[in-house]
Amino acid sequence: MNTVVDRSKDIGPFIPAPDDDMIICRCEEVTKGEIRKAVHAGMWTITEIRRYLRSGMGLCQGQTCSRLVKGIVARELGVSPAELEPATARSPMRPTEMKVFGNEEVSA
Amino acid sequence: MSNVADVIIVGGGIIGCATAYYLSKRGKSVIVLEASDNIGNGGSTRNGGGVRQSGRDPRELPLAMYGIEKLWPGLSEELGVDCEYHKEGNLRLGKTKKHLEILQGLTDRAVACGLDVRMVDANEVKEINPYLSDEVIGASWCPTDGHANPMVTTLAFYSKARENGVRFITGEKVLGLKKIRGRVREVVTENSVYEGDYVVVAAGYESREILATVGIDVPMHRELLECLVTEAEPHMFNQMLGTAEADFYGHQSDHGSFVFGGSSGIELNNKDIGMENSPSNSAITAPCICRGIMKYFPDLENAKIVRTWAGYVDTSQDGVPVLGEVEEVPGLIIACAFTGHGFGIAPAVGEQLSMLITEGSTAIDLSELRYDRFKAKI
Repeated sequence: MNTVVDRSKDIGPFIPAPDDDMIICRCEEVTKGEIRKAVHAGMWTITEIRRYLRSGMGLCQGQTCSRLVKGIVARELGVSPAELEPATARSPMRPTEMKVFGNEEVSA
Repeated sequence: MSNVADVIIVGGGIIGCATAYYLSKRGKSVIVLEASDNIGNGGSTRNGGGVRQSGRDPRELPLAMYGIEKLWPGLSEELGVDCEYHKEGNLRLGKTKKHLEILQGLTDRAVACGLDVRMVDANEVKEINPYLSDEVIGASWCPTDGHANPMVTTLAFYSKARENGVRFITGEKVLGLKKIRGRVREVVTENSVYEGDYVVVAAGYESREILATVGIDVPMHRELLECLVTEAEPHMFNQMLGTAEADFYGHQSDHGSFVFGGSSGIELNNKDIGMENSPSNSAITAPCICRGIMKYFPDLENAKIVRTWAGYVDTSQDGVPVLGEVEEVPGLIIACAFTGHGFGIAPAVGEQLSMLITEGSTAIDLSELRYDRFKAKI
């Protein structure tokens, strides 16, 4: 779903908030302030936020924080969270050891 | 807002973003048009992060060497974002006599171009990287190679260019180019028309269709490659790694995770290499990469994979990019068919193309990368 978005649109300045130190992504220890600042640096999609900050890229792959991140980004951009595409889920879905993932032998 | 700028760049990958950044530094007004919803959604953010010179074709080696000498070392500071650049060497590993012959050939060609690369034996390779399996009997070693974080670097170029006033428009798919009085001028999208004195086409494989609208063809095809990332592990080493047979390549990031890329070897004939413009993993590939890694790094067998992904490589007919001006279409500049080498040379490409546009010439000779070098075999 491609939508034309001019990234020069004014979203106002970054205004520091008292809860900016709050950890949102626990796996990668990304704070609310870091997410908000990234939006002002131009990261306007959940995919860009993940690639820039690593939020949702850790052990739980965003199962805990993705809705929170979406809400923060949407509020910063002044849009509804429903307008933001979720990031892509990737295999193997649960952290899997290389020796298990790489093993293709079938045991009886 | 005006749809007119000095330069219109088609493609918001690292090449487009870097070119936009260096043009903005030189005072040019720039509009970047990106078809997808995300900046850097192609190979730019899907690659293994290598910033290498060794193993590169002599025709593109000058660009790689220039970037590593002049641009990469100061890039994080310049862009104001830590790009996680490490210039701590590249090992290309070999396990058989045949591997060593391949490595020797690559090394000889690079030395002839003035690159500091040499062969190391089993003892020395273990000194450089003590985690290697005893099966490794030698390697080529280029101490000035390295790696960086491709996702952050791409987005850092974007962010800084945007801060400098470059206008980025995402979700804006380009349909074609139009000449006005013999010179390229208009860039037509699904929704609008943009105009510039110069048009840079840096849209990966999709460049081919766009260039066809002004009668230019770049012979290339699309290849699927896959990557995987582990959970954060204790720090082990900082070198970039590859193998003589290209089983896999990768590095350990500052974060602690290992990022490795590779292929299954049957990508060309896979039933499904992803939906259109949306590369997807094949179930057999990441396990194959894991087996390759464990043969060289037995200690990593318990490292957990958290994520895998795929990306397309825009592979040119002869294995090196197509870069530079087009005689038949004044004002048009091509930067595509990077063949999997685009990330490491992106800062150099962006800087040289901005120089080409503002000064009419480049510091690095790009003539061997011309668009019209492809000829029939007889």
